[in-house]
Amino acid sequence: MTKTPSAARLAAIKALLFALCLVPFALYTQRWFDDALGANPIEAITRGSGDWTLRFLLITLAVTPLRKLTGLNWLLRLRRMLGLFAFFYASLHFTTYFWLDQFFDLQSIAHDIMKRPFITVGFSAFVLLIPLAVTSNNYAIRRLGGRRWQSLHRAVYAIGILAIVHYWWLVKADILEPMIYGLILAALLGMRGWWREQERRRQIAASMPRPMPGGKVIPLVAKSPR
Amino acid sequence: MRILRPSDILPSEITPRALFEDRRRFLLGAGATLAAGAAMWAGLPSEARAAAAKLGPLARSPFSSDEPQTPYKAVTTYNNYYEFGTDKEDPAANAGKLTVRPWTVRVEGLAGKARTFDIDDLLKLAPLEERIYRLRCVEAWSMVIPWVGFPLSALLRQVDPQGSAKYVEFVTHYDPKIMLRRPVLDWPYTEGLRIDEAMHPLTLLTLGLYGEVLPNQNGAPVRVVVPWKYGFKSAKSIVAIRLVDKEPRTAWNKSAPSEYGFYSNVNPNVDHPRWSQATERRIGEFRKRPTLMFNGYAEQVANLYQGMDLRKSF
Ligand code: HEM
Repeated sequence: MTKTPSAARLAAIKALLFALCLVPFALYTQRWFDDALGANPIEAITRGSGDWTLRFLLITLAVTPLRKLTGLNWLLRLRRMLGLFAFFYASLHFTTYFWLDQFFDLQSIAHDIMKRPFITVGFSAFVLLIPLAVTSNNYAIRRLGGRRWQSLHRAVYAIGILAIVHYWWLVKADILEPMIYGLILAALLGMRGWWREQERRRQIAASMPRPMPGGKVIPLVAKSPR
Repeated sequence: MRILRPSDILPSEITPRALFEDRRRFLLGAGATLAAGAAMWAGLPSEARAAAAKLGPLARSPFSSDEPQTPYKAVTTYNNYYEFGTDKEDPAANAGKLTVRPWTVRVEGLAGKARTFDIDDLLKLAPLEERIYRLRCVEAWSMVIPWVGFPLSALLRQVDPQGSAKYVEFVTHYDPKIMLRRPVLDWPYTEGLRIDEAMHPLTLLTLGLYGEVLPNQNGAPVRVVVPWKYGFKSAKSIVAIRLVDKEPRTAWNKSAPSEYGFYSNVNPNVDHPRWSQATERRIGEFRKRPTLMFNGYAEQVANLYQGMDLRKSF
């Protein structure tokens, strides 16, 4: 089970995953040209791309916990692609916004980013994604060094939280869906927090001097007979 | 497809020839689609439409817009009717469960002759008019819809409002058995108008659209349409109209008082925190267009708000 797939196998898995990640894009493109996106296709595209950005962010954030829980270490090899797809859908989402929705009206876009809190937050999330996407390659990891690269990429936790706030603030009244996504994010981040805490305790325990063997145990509280 | 039970068909709708022709068209259409075999699914919606009850005869109105009308399909599949689901497509999918006969509307409160009206009486209360109005949603999209109805004032006059009646409250149908149970809004949905707004000739007691009875998802069997205000002010599936002396609380105002004021007049200069209100997307169009003050009805209604600060009374 925990055996790592061969290089050829892994390449095949990656190719399959790549195609799978493009399915939402393909479906929306087809529906756009078939005029099958309902009465307000621009809204449908904006929302669809927003949904898929968030889903890919969560899928990417699920890789590490999944790896820990299953012991399938090779899952880590898929993470970069998933993260880049999150960026791909975010770029589509942003493009829909500034092209189809705002039609390059820079003044109106600037006004939106300043004045509409959910746009402010979504925009921050997108801007934070850019350096992560740019450094998602081996060259950047080598240049930055593993430690610096890793702390940079911890920004993805903040991006996840901003994405949920963005969604929460944009719905008018029905917070059910942002709440579900929010709970998933909380679980994914919570697991990390838990594991980190466990790890910290283990390290503290390991660094403590072991009790001297051979000593006598003195009870501090006398047990009352009952 | 909705099959009409005899009780669904109003006496006023039995304009025999039209109905006969509709049936004939329906049957012929159905035959043709069956013959076409695979084309059946594609054919159904329009055939079902031919079977919806016609309203008429309809007087034309000088208040009607001559702008291109939003297609029937968009008007009836892109709806905000949260009781039937919060996605735009939900009401069209779920509102079929609503039973619109029998139906009564209580007109009560500060009125000399408060009473309950049967929907069939409402349909005959005043001459039906076609009113082609712009509809502007607070979410920054808009449509042009040929409604059918008569001025709400005609109904209110019937009950003799007292001088102390300063506001009108609309109470809408809520049935947890067929509607959303989650408290997304404080059900039942209520709305309100100032009495002079309610009596304004543009304010339409609405019974139909595109010459037919209202589809359920558009607020059947009776709703109000207030074209110079954001769409949510136009309450759907009304069961009671109350004449009151104090400004009534309204559903969206209760949900977010800082976002949805009592007046909610269409105003391009007052932004909502989620949507800029300066522009709107007309459904079916690609580029946004500027939003007009009072949704283009300033000439008729601006005088109602003389001396008011519309930034404060938003
Ligand atoms: C990481 C970045 C982002 C994520 C994860 C994200 C996610 C989402 C989600 C989940 C939705 C709701 C979809 C639905 O209703 O089903 C949404 C809607 C939306 N987002 Fe984003 N978004 C991001 C960035 C942005 C940016 C940069 C902008 C614009 C500057 C933006 C503008 C919008 C708009 C206009 C909507 C539609 C609101 C509506 O239909 O009322 N988002 N986004």
